[in-house]
Amino acid sequence: MDFTLNDEQTMFAETAATLFGDTCTPEHWRRMMEQDTAFDAARWAQIVENGFSLILLPESAGGLGLGDLDFALIARAAGYVALPEPLVESAGVAMPMLASLAPDHALLSDPATILAIGPACNPVVAHADVATAFLLERDGHAYLATPDQVTLTPAATIDPLRRVFRVEWDAANAQDLGAADWSLALDRAALFAAAQGLGLAQRAVDLAVAYATDRTQFGKPIGSYQAVKHHLASAQVAIEFARPVVFAAAAQLAQRDIFAQARISHAKLVGLEAADKAARASIQVHGAMGYSWEVDVHLFLKRTLALTGSWGTPAYHRNRVAARLFTRPAGPDQTFAREA
Amino acid sequence: MDLSYTPEQQAFRAQVRAWLEAHVPAHPLEHFDATREGFEAHRAWEATLKSGNWGMVTWPVEYGGRGLDLIQWLIFEEEYYRAGAPGRVNQNGIFLLGPTLMEFGTHEQKQRFLPPMASGEEIWAQAWSEPQAGSDLAGVRATARREGDEYVLNGHKIWSSRAVFADWAFGLFREPGSERHKGMSLIFFRLDAPGVTRNPIRKINGHVGFAEILLEDVRVPAFNRLGDEGQGWHICMATAGFERGLMLRSPARYQVAAAALADLWQARKADADPVLEADVVRAFMNAEAYALNIYQTASRLMAGAKIGPEASTNKIFWSELDIHLNQTALAILGAEAELLPTSAGHDWLDDFIFSLAGPIYAGSNEIQRNIIAERMLGLPR
Repeated sequence: MDFTLNDEQTMFAETAATLFGDTCTPEHWRRMMEQDTAFDAARWAQIVENGFSLILLPESAGGLGLGDLDFALIARAAGYVALPEPLVESAGVAMPMLASLAPDHALLSDPATILAIGPACNPVVAHADVATAFLLERDGHAYLATPDQVTLTPAATIDPLRRVFRVEWDAANAQDLGAADWSLALDRAALFAAAQGLGLAQRAVDLAVAYATDRTQFGKPIGSYQAVKHHLASAQVAIEFARPVVFAAAAQLAQRDIFAQARISHAKLVGLEAADKAARASIQVHGAMGYSWEVDVHLFLKRTLALTGSWGTPAYHRNRVAARLFTRPAGPDQTFAREA
Repeated sequence: MDLSYTPEQQAFRAQVRAWLEAHVPAHPLEHFDATREGFEAHRAWEATLKSGNWGMVTWPVEYGGRGLDLIQWLIFEEEYYRAGAPGRVNQNGIFLLGPTLMEFGTHEQKQRFLPPMASGEEIWAQAWSEPQAGSDLAGVRATARREGDEYVLNGHKIWSSRAVFADWAFGLFREPGSERHKGMSLIFFRLDAPGVTRNPIRKINGHVGFAEILLEDVRVPAFNRLGDEGQGWHICMATAGFERGLMLRSPARYQVAAAALADLWQARKADADPVLEADVVRAFMNAEAYALNIYQTASRLMAGAKIGPEASTNKIFWSELDIHLNQTALAILGAEAELLPTSAGHDWLDDFIFSLAGPIYAGSNEIQRNIIAERMLGLPR
């Protein structure tokens, strides 16, 4: 029993945080919005160059063969900058799925591949406009389609840095890869959404702390008032009790049993609830500025909203926790239970 | 990260479980805050625990422990709550003062105080708060005047849990004339010493477990001072870290309650508001999250880290989850919620009333939020 991250995990995540922090700044977000784009080719190239798209791919497919926890830490760092590029869904969910269905597929040999993924549970596909190819669900099968085999209709969305599209396609024109493990895709996507939630939440708190330290009213920084402090402290509590759930869910995902699924769903719920709580506290602490487009907090609120409903709604995930609670033993000796 | 128990840890769990199954009283003891008899029954239970060498498993063998690590402590606690074993009447001693003694005490002090603490021969109360020093603990006015090898204690302490029946108290006293955080020392005194008067205070649950303590020229040897003279505030904050961050409230306590809540829901859901299922699931998730957080903390401490201001987030989380959990149970009980239980079984009403103390004791949650904001987030004071 050891609940600590190892040095390699910590260092890899720090590398990601540094890269994202250097290139994905408020100035970048604003420039991208002004230019009406949600994809920065230069940053994507750097992400690829650093190996972040290879973390979950098996070594046999040219990947790094690392684990879900390693990727979850990168996803958290992506959340902290509201990363526009499709790293999490493509490299965290779609590419590993393709690798398991078609281990020798040519797409796997290019680490810059952007594979958009369309599970039945999501009404829209994210990042479809920049996708190299599509992995789409029908009747439990996974179909691989090229951009010319699909028709994209942009769906207007609240998040300015995460484009989504309705995708029309014909199974007859796509490559049937056979029955696929869509529940694994959902588990991974939910886990990494939760990990992004941790990053989104912490950034929202940090932005508010910086503002509340700087902004004075009644002759004092507003952050010295308890009413302001307590909003942010409560948000931090939510983060502190979501983080170990997300980490445990990542470490247990490979169990693939009802206990692991319940923990992933728990993580998805509390990771994004923490982000919601933090974003709203941050908006409140910013006052009227918080309601302005100019202050960046809204980006974190909007990404949170987008991720909360995708890859299983809160009700879906609550039901998965309920299924574990009501059909398996619960209690203090069951924290790390696994199916025999 | 490896979230599986080693074969040794599993064997340890089996060992604890077997011992508890053979020794835990078949019927619950009367509450230790309710009557002297209840208190003494719990002291007797501590002696039984000691007979199996289970008094305080993390302490070194020479001080009455087993020298086990924090993961083993968590396993012990899990089995302890799972078995429905009696509450720890000496929790102020073993969980709060004990770890602090281990860090700041001399070898002689550890030898003198830890073994009888682990065995329940000496039961401890905390004497920190005063009528004018609650959340603002640095406002303590009780004094310790040095006279040769002795201190002479004077003052008025209050809200001391179990002090009515306990043997010893550890109190915060200041050098006469000193101010605020300076000049304070942590000093032990016997609660039956000449000059000590204990007045019981009834709690909202009817128990008399609180006391106010009046000290009038109480003489104690200088040996009873923990740490250096004037180091009291620093030591108290270290104690508070353990109290809030790790040992005061075992996750197992809430995991047992959450499982009982799930059973209550299953038994009653036909007659209950269906919307409550989400709260039952939430209570379970909260208890699990708290357990995972504590496993994370235990692992960090075993890797050499120290408890920091994040301890304050724990105290907020367990106190709030406890209220929510018990409120959910009362909502499921519906019109019967107000009725005192007539048979053995989970006393949700009593647990609910007790849970309301959680956001107040061990440093109010408002103070904890200030600590989080200032020391974790760096907001200005």
